[in-house]
Amino acid sequence: MTVTETAVTISVDGNDVSVPEGATILDACTAAGIDTPTICYGPTLTPVNACRVCVVELEGSRTLVPSCSRPAEEGMVVSTDSERVNHSRKMVLEFLGSGVDLSQADELNEWSAKYGAQPDRYDNPERMNEDVKIQDDLYVRDYDKCVLCYKCVSACGDDAQHTYAISMSGRGFGARIATEFDVTLPDSACVYCGNCVAVCPTNALQFKTEFDLREAENWRPEDQSVTTTICSYCGVGCNLELHTQDERIVKVTSPDDHSVTWGNLCIKGRFGWQYVHGDSDD
Amino acid sequence: MADLHFTDAVATDGEKAAVDLALGENSGLSLEGERVVRGGASRRRGLRHLLLPALHALQKESGWISPGGLNYVSEVLQVPPAESYGVASFYEMFRVDTEPGHDDDVVHVCIDAACRIDGADDLIASLEREGKHVHRSPCLGQCERPPAVFIQGRKKPDLVPADDDPFELPQAGDEGLRLLKRVGVVDPTSLESYREHGGYEALTKAIDMGADEVLAAITDSGLSGRGGAAFPTGIKWTAVRDAEGDEKHIVANCDESEPGTFKDRLVMENDPFALVEAMTIAAVTTGATNGWIYIRGEYPQATGRLENAIAQARDAGLLGDDVAGTGKAFHLEVRRGAGAYICGEETALFNSLEGFRGEPRNKPPFPTTNGLFDQPTVINNPETLLNILPIVLDGAEAYRSVGTDGSPGTRLFCVSGRVATPGLYEHAFGATLGEIIESAGGASGQVQAVLLGGAAGSFVTADSMDLPLTLEATREAGTTLGSGVVMVFNDDDDMADVCQRIAEFFKNESCGQCVPCRVGAIRQHEMIVAIGDRPMPADKRELHEDMVQVMADASICGLGHTAASAIKSALALGLIGANQ
Repeated sequence: MTVTETAVTISVDGNDVSVPEGATILDACTAAGIDTPTICYGPTLTPVNACRVCVVELEGSRTLVPSCSRPAEEGMVVSTDSERVNHSRKMVLEFLGSGVDLSQADELNEWSAKYGAQPDRYDNPERMNEDVKIQDDLYVRDYDKCVLCYKCVSACGDDAQHTYAISMSGRGFGARIATEFDVTLPDSACVYCGNCVAVCPTNALQFKTEFDLREAENWRPEDQSVTTTICSYCGVGCNLELHTQDERIVKVTSPDDHSVTWGNLCIKGRFGWQYVHGDSDD
Repeated sequence: MADLHFTDAVATDGEKAAVDLALGENSGLSLEGERVVRGGASRRRGLRHLLLPALHALQKESGWISPGGLNYVSEVLQVPPAESYGVASFYEMFRVDTEPGHDDDVVHVCIDAACRIDGADDLIASLEREGKHVHRSPCLGQCERPPAVFIQGRKKPDLVPADDDPFELPQAGDEGLRLLKRVGVVDPTSLESYREHGGYEALTKAIDMGADEVLAAITDSGLSGRGGAAFPTGIKWTAVRDAEGDEKHIVANCDESEPGTFKDRLVMENDPFALVEAMTIAAVTTGATNGWIYIRGEYPQATGRLENAIAQARDAGLLGDDVAGTGKAFHLEVRRGAGAYICGEETALFNSLEGFRGEPRNKPPFPTTNGLFDQPTVINNPETLLNILPIVLDGAEAYRSVGTDGSPGTRLFCVSGRVATPGLYEHAFGATLGEIIESAGGASGQVQAVLLGGAAGSFVTADSMDLPLTLEATREAGTTLGSGVVMVFNDDDDMADVCQRIAEFFKNESCGQCVPCRVGAIRQHEMIVAIGDRPMPADKRELHEDMVQVMADASICGLGHTAASAIKSALALGLIGANQ
């Protein structure tokens, strides 16, 4: 893609930052070397700006603005470290911690610690309170861990797969990601591409291989290695990252910045690797 | 259709017929075999905007949205069934959990403040004893005649029993009425009667004046939005007139759902042609060719009268391909909501109308450039639109002859609760709270508190009776006019109960999209229930202040921004949580 780029300059925490026209405030913050927490944002997804953890203070705006979706405009003056910004980030993380199982959301927990979230300030808070859904051999959906970031919906829908097997359903705190009438995934439109699992920030969606190893208390990321290869099934040429532990494949991903996949795969690349192990019973 | 996947559930013949009837010429599976599911912005076109009417038809036929019915609707409209389910499960009036197991109507009884203090519980108990299927509903917009009831008919039209009572405007005959001068006087079902009372003179004059002059008059009048946000109308209309786009829209936001608010209903029921005329002026002024009246689903009489008014105006050449001989087209239709307070938020309304979940969009971009179907859109509250008629007819200067500099003109007030004559009142801006309550016959009992602006507004006490209800004075006093709600509570009323219900209202009505509102609203409710009528400990007060701040700072829309403001004011005034 050839684009003639016009630069836009904004002030971030007192420093001028130039980004191409069309870039977001988040892009400008990143360019300025500022680490911004994000949950519902994904580099390959259209921003839904629902989690509100990336909010920044914009001069002239009554409310804080989501940096992930707000285009940078010439002359904007942005603060990312003000009392208001830190307060909102802390409260968003605290709210999530008060109702969602974040035990496998490592990045989110780091931010919660950084911003001083205290999810135990609430007396008897209602929680997501969902049972684990295991409906096939490929995915596990544990909505007790779901922060309703819409990433899986976007990946299943307009942003990648165009399958539309899942949607946000219900309303308010009762909102849940669901198929129609919550039918099982095998009964739904799901094509098992796994692109929803790939974008989930809290491990609410995980591959069955990972789930089983965690259940067996044998999931050891520190002992895993990643091998990059190219999928052997068809001529598209998708890059695969084979995550292996004890010389067994435990997960397959693709890089977000790979120009063929943008992080997405199909069922074959994502799950069709059992033959590698040569186990006749797999 | 290769692109969509359906479960095996099949619609009944009755469901198919009901949906086909609702969809008219768009019914049936005419697109079979074509690849019509599209991504991105193109998904906002097609037939998807008919999803809500189709779901209403299913609900009426079967008493719920059945899996087979949902499949049929999804296939006809080419909407993925998971998304149709996401939409259906969003609305109060659609049941998605289980088959109802009966053929009865559902009786919705309001449990919000004005009805709560005036017999809602007793009515529900007696209806349930009679074996009726009762649904505890948020505010039904009938606060002047509590307790409010709305009957969602099964295989027959919806009904509000109180609509059979004769309507009388408390201020009938008052010379000072501008917006209500025809209400209770004109025959709301007759274009002829409307014309006899000055109807369509404003449209004729607006056409003569031309767009520039009309826009100048509206801007000079100082008219601002009456839905709650008070945005200057002249700026909005001018922006849409100037916006680039082949198609533009005029939307009347008639999803009146703010607890305590019933003004738009009474105006739509009793002067529906005025709304149609004002929207037509907006269309010829801004160049919009499409008009939409999005009305809350619990207003059957207003819906019928508007549909009748549109049909008569169309027959008279005042709508359609050639509006009043101008050569300009304006096509107007009514769409019903299905029970969701959030759909009164303008961008949520657009999503709802387009057949998506009623979740607000992030702004910017604003509706003036990226509104309905992502096209330039004027969206106004009906009361705002009504003001256009006197502005066009009499000019900005005459319009400003009443009211204050900061709040010119008159305002509709929905006075309810502990007053002698609850009802709709029109006052020049500048009238004090005490004067407005007096105009409704005065308070009954000792005033404990007054809720201004609705559940999204705030409480004041009897100390505020001298407060002029203008935009500037209420802002300075840290409260709001909102949608014109003045709800009076006396010493007998249990404010802890009222506040718990307000907190519950926001918990139920938050769309769930953004974290500050989705979680903040439920945590606030849990906290207020736990406090009850006991003192609020300091650490909980601090926690509530933190919740107020994050909801106001970081929520996507106005619902989240204001979901804690009434509770905050109740705590500050000692109506709840006080140390005694």
